[in-house]
Amino acid sequence: MDNIIEIKNVTYKYTDEDKTVAAVNRVSLNIERGSFTVILGHNGSGKSTLAKLLNGLNKPTEGEVIVDGINTKDEKYELEIKRRVGMVFQNPDNQLIASVVEEDVAFGPENLGIEPQEIRKRVDDALKSVGMYEFRKSAPHKLSGGQKQRVAIAGIIAMTPSCIVLDEPTAMLDPKGRSEIINTLIHLNKDKKITVILITHYMEEAETADRVIVMNDGEIIDDGTPKTVFKNVKRLKEVGLDVPQTTELLYALNQNGFKVDTNVISVEDTAAAIAAALEDKKD
Amino acid sequence: MLNDITFGQYYESRSPIHRTDPRVKIVLTFILIVFIFLSNNIYALIFSALSVLAVLLVSRVPLKMYLKNMKAILPILIFTAVINLFYSSKGTVLLSFWKISITTAGVYRAVFTSLRIILLILISSVLTYTTTPNDLTDAIESLCSPLKYIGLKSAVHTLAMMMTIALRFIPTLIEEAEKIMNAQKARGADIESGNLIERVKALVPILIPLLMSSVRRAYELAEAMECRCYNGGEGKTRMKRMKLSVIDLRMSIYSAILCAGIILLNVLI
Repeated sequence: MDNIIEIKNVTYKYTDEDKTVAAVNRVSLNIERGSFTVILGHNGSGKSTLAKLLNGLNKPTEGEVIVDGINTKDEKYELEIKRRVGMVFQNPDNQLIASVVEEDVAFGPENLGIEPQEIRKRVDDALKSVGMYEFRKSAPHKLSGGQKQRVAIAGIIAMTPSCIVLDEPTAMLDPKGRSEIINTLIHLNKDKKITVILITHYMEEAETADRVIVMNDGEIIDDGTPKTVFKNVKRLKEVGLDVPQTTELLYALNQNGFKVDTNVISVEDTAAAIAAALEDKKD
Repeated sequence: MLNDITFGQYYESRSPIHRTDPRVKIVLTFILIVFIFLSNNIYALIFSALSVLAVLLVSRVPLKMYLKNMKAILPILIFTAVINLFYSSKGTVLLSFWKISITTAGVYRAVFTSLRIILLILISSVLTYTTTPNDLTDAIESLCSPLKYIGLKSAVHTLAMMMTIALRFIPTLIEEAEKIMNAQKARGADIESGNLIERVKALVPILIPLLMSSVRRAYELAEAMECRCYNGGEGKTRMKRMKLSVIDLRMSIYSAILCAGIILLNVLI
């Protein structure tokens, strides 16, 4: 198995009012190249701290983070690691630095010292891949939240990363903006073969992932495919997370003696499963 | 009211002046201002005025927009004119009361100075109407680049970066200020009535949250910039390279002719 990121027994501690808190506590994790991973957890579960450990923004207190064979503690490769593992944050307004969309997208490649013609090409490609090419001359403050966040993603794509980490990119967006971002990420993962690590607390966004990791109090408490992770409804609720509504419905049905297949997530599959269970009952 | 604010005052058009390199525009504007101030007789000044009018027409920005600018400086204009009116004691006396007298030389001076100021404002508004704030920033960075030979390289870059970020965040902060104002109004804050001191005091509950959130924004922006490989402009390239073209040469020649005309009129008459 080809791992793009290897997290080896990592602990990250910070001091808060004379108290040392371990935001991430002895976590070991491998991220497979080309995969779509979702990290779930409620506020304060350490998921954002974990994200910042992935591109060297935070350096582990103990343990090691290895990106493409490079240790994030190695200062020689500081920029190279940040180029390979791009990072998108929650508030799109606080990530865009230029007053013109295309100039903002060019910011990353410009910092890397790339030739002007090549930057032009990358900026156009990046904007096309997030569907924002028509807006290349616009001012960011005239765009919607979802559009701004797509520009922020384009700004990362233009640095040709092998992996993008997104820290709650949809938390400040309306439902329309949210689905724009998720569709963009699916496209980048499937068609551009970019590894995606999406940190969120929206369960619905985890449905399409290859792998779901659940964090609580700085530790990984569950790790698997969406179907296997969501099956454990009780445990998810214990750590303050909601399961998708479909899962919740099937769980409640089963709890109350209505036998139905729980191995589904999407609305269509759920409807089909319930219909099948009703057919069985008739017989 | 604040939503559709235009910064700088850029007016979109495809005029030759819009297409001139921003660096050339800054330098030429500066030279023209110097020459307008050098025109020391009325003929030279009228010639400058006609030249400026020609520039305004070429810029394809509605004259209405320039007039709007004039309105803003009207108080300064009147003030300067009045001061100059009483300043000179030479020439024939037109009007005299108490110790003050208005002379022909004074009137001449008042008209002359006002006209100079008007021309100065007009020619600099051509620059701001035809150049986007971003282009202006880039041009200033480029024009200041010789400073790197005296060890000020990072200073030039930092200054340009600050200007870029400031321009980018003006609309964001205006939006935020409006939100905070509405939130405070919803809590019963009264910010629009009372005397000056009361109104200044009422601004405190708006400014403090705005300052707090700006600091938080700055912190997040710094992290985002770091994630985009920013390391203080070391080895940075630019996507858009400013290149001089024929139009820049032409603009320079026209400006040189105007300047020569002013000198000729100054010397000959």
